[in-house]
Amino acid sequence: MSAPSDKFGRPIVVVTGMGVVTSLGAGKEDNWRKLTSGESGIKTVTRFPVDGLKSTMAGTVDFVTVDPVTSTGLTERLAEMATEEALGQAAIGAKADFPGPLFLAVAPVEVEWPQRLELGRATGKTDLNYDDLLRVSGGGRFTKYHHRFMFGSVASYLAERFGTKGSPISLSTACASGATAIQLGVEAIRRGEADAALCVGTDGSVNPEALVRFSLLSALSTQNDPPQAASKPFSKNRDGFVMAEGAGAMVLESYEAAIARGARILGVVAGCGELTDSFHRTRSSPDGKPIIGCMRKTLADAGLEPEQIDHINAHGTSTPENDKMEYNTTAVVFGEHLPKIPVSSNKSMVGHTISAAGAVEAVFSLLTLEHQRIPPTINYEIPDPAILFDVVGNKARDAKVTAVMSNSFGFGGQNASLILTREPV
Amino acid sequence: MTEPKSADKEVWITGIGIVSSLGEGLDAHWDALNEKKINVDDKRFAPYIVHPLAPVTFDAQIPKKGDQRQMEAWQRIGTYAAGLALDSAGVKGNKEILGRMDMIVAAGGGERDIAVDAAILSADAKGNSSPGFLNERLMNDLRPTLFLAQLSNLLAGNIAIVHGVCGTSRTFMGEEAASIDAARIALARIEAGQSDIALVGAAHNGERSDLLVLYEFADFNLKEKFAPVWQREDQSGFALGSAGCFLVLESREHAEARGAKPYAKLTKVVADLAQRKQPGAVTKSLEALWPKLGITGDSGQLITGATGAEPVTSEEKDFLRQHPGFAVRATGTMFGHTLEAQFPLGLALAALSLSRGALFPPNDPSGFEVEKAGSPDQIVVVGAGHWQGEGMALVEAVK
Repeated sequence: MSAPSDKFGRPIVVVTGMGVVTSLGAGKEDNWRKLTSGESGIKTVTRFPVDGLKSTMAGTVDFVTVDPVTSTGLTERLAEMATEEALGQAAIGAKADFPGPLFLAVAPVEVEWPQRLELGRATGKTDLNYDDLLRVSGGGRFTKYHHRFMFGSVASYLAERFGTKGSPISLSTACASGATAIQLGVEAIRRGEADAALCVGTDGSVNPEALVRFSLLSALSTQNDPPQAASKPFSKNRDGFVMAEGAGAMVLESYEAAIARGARILGVVAGCGELTDSFHRTRSSPDGKPIIGCMRKTLADAGLEPEQIDHINAHGTSTPENDKMEYNTTAVVFGEHLPKIPVSSNKSMVGHTISAAGAVEAVFSLLTLEHQRIPPTINYEIPDPAILFDVVGNKARDAKVTAVMSNSFGFGGQNASLILTREPV
Repeated sequence: MTEPKSADKEVWITGIGIVSSLGEGLDAHWDALNEKKINVDDKRFAPYIVHPLAPVTFDAQIPKKGDQRQMEAWQRIGTYAAGLALDSAGVKGNKEILGRMDMIVAAGGGERDIAVDAAILSADAKGNSSPGFLNERLMNDLRPTLFLAQLSNLLAGNIAIVHGVCGTSRTFMGEEAASIDAARIALARIEAGQSDIALVGAAHNGERSDLLVLYEFADFNLKEKFAPVWQREDQSGFALGSAGCFLVLESREHAEARGAKPYAKLTKVVADLAQRKQPGAVTKSLEALWPKLGITGDSGQLITGATGAEPVTSEEKDFLRQHPGFAVRATGTMFGHTLEAQFPLGLALAALSLSRGALFPPNDPSGFEVEKAGSPDQIVVVGAGHWQGEGMALVEAVK
């Protein structure tokens, strides 16, 4: 490590702190141990009744509770936990005084059912409509719900709690949100606007309506029994993703700033890329061009050739369409080199943490670089013959890993990729 | 390591699209503002007051009925306004440019199916609440596509599908501050050469009883009788408004290379998040942002998105009083409060005023807003969110 700039003359962006919470546990150590031993965090939902649901399992984070029970409250707490861990590792700034901005990938916020039911009961009526709700909403009895259900509330809390600077940004690019949060941090540091940035992806939104919504779009696996076998990326009998909760946090710094304060460098965000698909609200363009373009933009941003990528942390949701499309597009980008690249999907074990996924998987990618060990794709019993990835099936694999591509693709044509390396490239 | 400021590229506003309670398009808005038009509906959601969307033929910008059906009102409003902005910038249908255009949308979301909600709440009130009751009703009664009409990032998704804006797509959330940050980040990216051209904006459907409930939780809604923003001391609150507003921002060199004319240039956008725990926090936050704009004199024009809610409006007024040379216009009086769309509206009206060589007249019987003759060179745009987030922009004439 010598030059503070990359080959394009931009400040090199390094990672100096990471934190993660998933259904597997809290913290990098617990997660890494379970991830590499092929444990699943997916179980039958017990937080609320699952009667009448087609999909009854999820990667819920049950060891964290919030009061009152809201998805937004849990989302906030998960982000806080992951951030505490990341800041503890980075040892940057002072308590409640982080020297840079916050970029937060967070699930969209809305009034939730327990609170809506509470409001409905407060009307004292048995045939009611929104006018009745309106009549009892004001007067101070429910003031806290205004604050709780503002989109900016999670970021606002984190900004105060950790003393991030300036206006915190809450963002959504659906399932690519976590990657976008990291990308915004990288861009701010490259612009010279900030020496450090806190990038967090968080999602605690396993609730009845969320499950129903994805279920009505036929996106979820219905292989409920046993729940831990439901998420099977790249398998022939895959039938959908499994909703999950979690958070990933990263402290990004310019290489120069990190070195100046003697920080331990955990890895480098060498490249970021995104390209929108305008084909359909939930489906990818059949020719795969936007995803192909996204990966190529990311390689170009990192100044790397496809041959220099030696592991892909796949989006790998376990939906029939995603995994096939991801293989077809990756094959175009990596060509003859593809068989040499081990590919794995963390979602086989932690499920799809939606807004958090990009950040959670970026943390796992950096742990892969650190340990030179690739977590497996579990439940890989019946390989899909149309997907010719070198899938790291069922058992972790030791491998020389220098550069990881982490992919995230979401509803609304959102595609984002990151390239993470151990050393500056 | 900070790059020298002189390397920053100049950023022009080359496209503006507005649809609101006052109509659609720049001429309609310019006329309405000069005629001091205000469009409120105090009956439909009585006692709450809203500024309803003016009649719009969505087909003009969203030709496929199938696309319109896939959207809820806020997405139709936004997709429509985005189309107007692309038309105004002269890039509509230009696949080469749209294919690499960056987009930052500030969005809320979550329009409810209020009939489904009401039926579930009524059944619950009657004691029909077996363990799987909620699940079954939601599974049976929710329209499968409603989710996509609720998802925050699907306004951007619809703009990509309908208009082909498909370079990059980011959705910022967080009420008023979301669009201040959208403009701030888009500007910073273009200045630094990370982007050449960007579509930035937001949309809001104010005619929603579920939103009225959300703001009623903290007694933010204006009730009973409409009053201009600066005359709500006795009865504070905001009247929700429906509006969509998008801007095309691009580097001067990119605009010149394609022969595009600017409405104005966007010189600066600054933002902060004050912890509003002490009285005067907003005043202080705005005062701290002011010198960062690089304003050249002690007089000028200023367009604010002041909401009419308290205490933020009074605190902003205290700040404005410290700059008495600036003629103030509050968009909240004419447009209502359009949350994420309010700051883009301010930017759009600033750019429009600069391009027409005049600030639109005051619309304020209290006299806080004063006449200002002459052709403006600079217009400040201010946004202070109803519960958090403060920001400011400087929009200047291109000479």
